[in-house]
Amino acid sequence: MKEQDKFQEKIEQDEKIEPKDWMPDRYRNQLIRMMSQHAHSEIVGMLPEGNWITRAPSLRRKMGLLAKVQDEAGHGMYIYSNTETLGISRQEMIDQLLKGEAKYSNIFNYPTLSWADIGMIGWLVDGAAMVNQTMLVKTSYGPYSRAMIRICKEENFHRKQGHEIVATLANGIPEQQEMVQDALNRWWWPTLMMFGPPDSNSPHTNELMQWKVKRKSNDELRQDFIDRVIPEAHQMGLKIPDPDLIFNEETGHWEIGEIDWDEFWQVIKGNGPMNHERLETRRKAHESGRWVREAAEAYAHKQKLQQQKAS
Amino acid sequence: MSEEEHSTNDQWPLWEVFTQKKRGAPHQHAGSVHAPDPEMALQNARDVYARRSEAVNIWVVPSSEITASNPSDKESFFDPADDKIYRHPQFYEVPRAAKKRTSSGS
Repeated sequence: MKEQDKFQEKIEQDEKIEPKDWMPDRYRNQLIRMMSQHAHSEIVGMLPEGNWITRAPSLRRKMGLLAKVQDEAGHGMYIYSNTETLGISRQEMIDQLLKGEAKYSNIFNYPTLSWADIGMIGWLVDGAAMVNQTMLVKTSYGPYSRAMIRICKEENFHRKQGHEIVATLANGIPEQQEMVQDALNRWWWPTLMMFGPPDSNSPHTNELMQWKVKRKSNDELRQDFIDRVIPEAHQMGLKIPDPDLIFNEETGHWEIGEIDWDEFWQVIKGNGPMNHERLETRRKAHESGRWVREAAEAYAHKQKLQQQKAS
Repeated sequence: MSEEEHSTNDQWPLWEVFTQKKRGAPHQHAGSVHAPDPEMALQNARDVYARRSEAVNIWVVPSSEITASNPSDKESFFDPADDKIYRHPQFYEVPRAAKKRTSSGS
């Protein structure tokens, strides 16, 4: 049997593809693209939240946020290392990010203006990410699937800590209620865009679904999220900023108004409110960490020499 | 080291990480980390793969030291295991003892 057929057979039988298996170049490259973007999103995702660690309103909130941001770093590391199994090095991926050649989730190009935004990132943004990542647990590439299992376990904590922040504010004094509604107004549409362009205009979806890299289309995932999160919003007394929103009794689904895809493409092209700032911060962090990496390397080198001497 | 030549310090060796969930359980592959030396590999592995008591013990092994079988040789390499059904208990037939009824049975 030809390699291509064997590969196709594995996909059809829901067998996972493992690093040393033969795979079409296109499959490999699509996964590298998708997984490295995912890893970058975890790393850049630390920035909007990191902004608020020193300004968290209580020690309890601060501990939670600190742990969550540390998790995001961990998630970035799992996914980078699992992407390396496809033959690209972590350094290449990081270089692509720092040079501004790589993409990461658009959502992190929006600013976190108030404490309520931290609640929104946990409840809405991580909630949306979870819908996507739960689907990716079943992806056909073994290492990606394994990383997603680990991440989904931790993401639940992220979403819940955010939900608690939002619920607390929504139940607070009028100023807090106003603040949290304002945050929802700003985060709602960008969060819906996280699932990517509509199926009718998504260049990668078909191919990725054929390979079972993705198990659901962008629009299906978006709908799953909408149906789950709208009742939660209403339960907390929040208003979804969409005048066209209706519940379709027949289908049992919520139907939203038009998404502004021009905004989506603008942000992808680098014209979002925070694109420049996020990359600058990453570059600066990478540079400021240089002496630490050099010191660790010098220490390792010294240890090695001493060992050689002793033996 | 000059500002320019820093490529070596950025891509440290790769280590495979194996974690043991609880005492008595086997060590299982968790993922990999980059680190300049074994000690830091262990610390990184702890930070990345055991933030929530997922492990009571960790092994780190330089990835370059691992030899793995090749999936394309799967058939010939594992073939010897497939034709030896006599290695399994199902291959053997023994008389069935009458089941004892216990008075306390449900």
